[in-house]
Amino acid sequence: MANWFKWGLKKSPWVYHLGASACNNCDIEILDTLTPKFDIERFGMTLVGSPRHADVLLVSGIVNRQCIERLKRVYEAVPKPKLVVAIGVCACTANMFRDSYNFTMPVDRIIPVDVYVPGCPPKPEAIIAGIVKALEKVK
Amino acid sequence: MNIVDEIKNKYGDRVEVREKSKRRVFVNAAQPDTKELVSWLFRDLAARFSIITGIDVRIGVELIYHMSFDAQGTLVSVRTQVPKPELAMPTLTDVIPGANWIEREIHEMLGVNFIGHPGLTRLLLPDDWPEGEYPYRKKTYGSEQENAEREESD
Amino acid sequence: MDKKAIVPIGPFHPLLEEPEFFKFTVEGETVVDASVRIGWNHRGIEKLAESKTYDQDIFLVERICGICSTSHPFAFVQAAEDISGIEVPERALYIRSIIGDLERIHSHLLWVGLAGHFIGYNTVFMWAWKCREPVLDIFEKISGNRNHYGMFKVGGVRRDIKESDIPGLIKAIDGVEEFCSMLVKAVMDDPVIGARTKGIGILKKEDAIAMGVLGPVARASGVAIDVRKDYPYAAYDKVPWERIVLKNGDVFDKTAVRLLECLESAKIIRACLKQMPKGPIDAEVREVGVGEGIGQHEAPRGECIHYVLSNTSNYPERHKIRAPSFMNVASFKKTVIGQQIADAALITAAVDPCYCCTERMAVVDPETDKVLMTGDDLVRLCQEKTEKMKGTKGLRG
Repeated sequence: MANWFKWGLKKSPWVYHLGASACNNCDIEILDTLTPKFDIERFGMTLVGSPRHADVLLVSGIVNRQCIERLKRVYEAVPKPKLVVAIGVCACTANMFRDSYNFTMPVDRIIPVDVYVPGCPPKPEAIIAGIVKALEKVK
Repeated sequence: MNIVDEIKNKYGDRVEVREKSKRRVFVNAAQPDTKELVSWLFRDLAARFSIITGIDVRIGVELIYHMSFDAQGTLVSVRTQVPKPELAMPTLTDVIPGANWIEREIHEMLGVNFIGHPGLTRLLLPDDWPEGEYPYRKKTYGSEQENAEREESD
Repeated sequence: MDKKAIVPIGPFHPLLEEPEFFKFTVEGETVVDASVRIGWNHRGIEKLAESKTYDQDIFLVERICGICSTSHPFAFVQAAEDISGIEVPERALYIRSIIGDLERIHSHLLWVGLAGHFIGYNTVFMWAWKCREPVLDIFEKISGNRNHYGMFKVGGVRRDIKESDIPGLIKAIDGVEEFCSMLVKAVMDDPVIGARTKGIGILKKEDAIAMGVLGPVARASGVAIDVRKDYPYAAYDKVPWERIVLKNGDVFDKTAVRLLECLESAKIIRACLKQMPKGPIDAEVREVGVGEGIGQHEAPRGECIHYVLSNTSNYPERHKIRAPSFMNVASFKKTVIGQQIADAALITAAVDPCYCCTERMAVVDPETDKVLMTGDDLVRLCQEKTEKMKGTKGLRG
């Protein structure tokens, strides 16, 4: 990969968030990163409205039966090189919904995950740290 | 207005009223009487429709209609049992449009058929969920006798 | 006359090509029909609750919704206590009210921020969410977490509030109240916001009663219901505060009810912090008993009701959960038909659907199943209308 490309990716990652059967707490904490207290825009990061413009995909929630197809299609729509960060315990291991009839499998069996950010919900600082850790994988 | 007295005056022996406390009143009614009773509570006594609870009791499905009298601070829960296998109950949506979604949910989760409902389509379950699988049903056993005994001891 | 099916997509979670959730049919600029499909968040919690003990259930129901996360445990523990009439110690009742109303403030501020974003006032979004931070810091001080506080247990609360912390908490609440007052004035006196929201998406009182709507949506339409006053519980009947009821039922009234309620909540919290008696916070319950119990709580979105049927085991036989949005979201059909498509996003948001149910929306043509408009497009339409209004009325932004 061209070095200037990697530099661009690391300096200004565009982040797309997909909430798949989440309780929305992680989603609110992700939105919180935009607010003045945490302000991810000073790091060059920004939340985008379409997966086709994204570099990093944030996934939250347990991904119930209805959402699996959507998750796969969103993943395919994100152009390479792409990074996936699982936000929250639900996306990492399904938390306490493991035995539900509407739960199928954890996110990393549906799409490859690069970084796991556990927490219920993880604090905005942890989310930012998770994205930064994912970016370090881009060598 | 004393709600318990009003119900007893109008329905007499057709219902069984249990006043657990001032806030919690439980009324057991027969299936044919239930819609009429709930509609009367809503229209004439100005109760607020809160929700319907559906419980699988193996020989049938128990439906509890929760009606709230906010001004008096009393929640009246009208309980009735819908027998299997027909599981048919007249819809409440012609009187209370707000009952639309909960009837759809009870239909897909427990299998109760609300007759006259404008559209008993799926609400929460995915479209490819198999027909005839009702997630909220309890495990059933071989004979009706055994089911009734299990229900008693549960 | 061209008929198109248009479904608005949520602002932060736009979808690709599949039709889902809110579907509007439009003729020209007017919405003529609306329908909704949900289920994207269905996790089977009611069934799951039957395989968890009462203590585990509290943590499970907390995660039904992240925004009103304490409302469900609040209603659930009251249902469990209702089974055999368990008495909760007085200090615990005050702490419960404090947590319940702190959540109300944070939830309403969150909504005001999002509504501001829809209208096109991103400053309102940033300010409202910045003001939420002190509230979340208070939560972290009391319970250890910004969200999902885990404060409730059957028979009391899990954590106490230290006496030495109380002056600091009162000062923080004063700061939040000051900010809310400023926000009330800024939003309610702004002519553009007024023009943008008055007379839009009116829900008539008779429809509100027929659909069984709850919370601020009902109170904005003149239906004076509030579980904290009608079925007094916790410490709500021990401190003075006012029920906020307006009568027009439009988006402006819904906004006003929420903002004014924030001020009432600040009063409640401060009074509770000052009046709280010393004493135990836990009744040390060993079992809930056999029978049925019902618990109600006024969540930020309306009445949250839980029904619990218990048998001789430590697992509930049946746990019925009804969140307020279940009744409120269905009413969007009444408010959006006959309105302009540019207002559709705003009217839908005014119901304050707990995002867990309503973030999936899509724009689709029914004949070709092709996407016509993304969520961003619809929010942009909403924001553009505001810009046009500012231009034609010659008002400053």
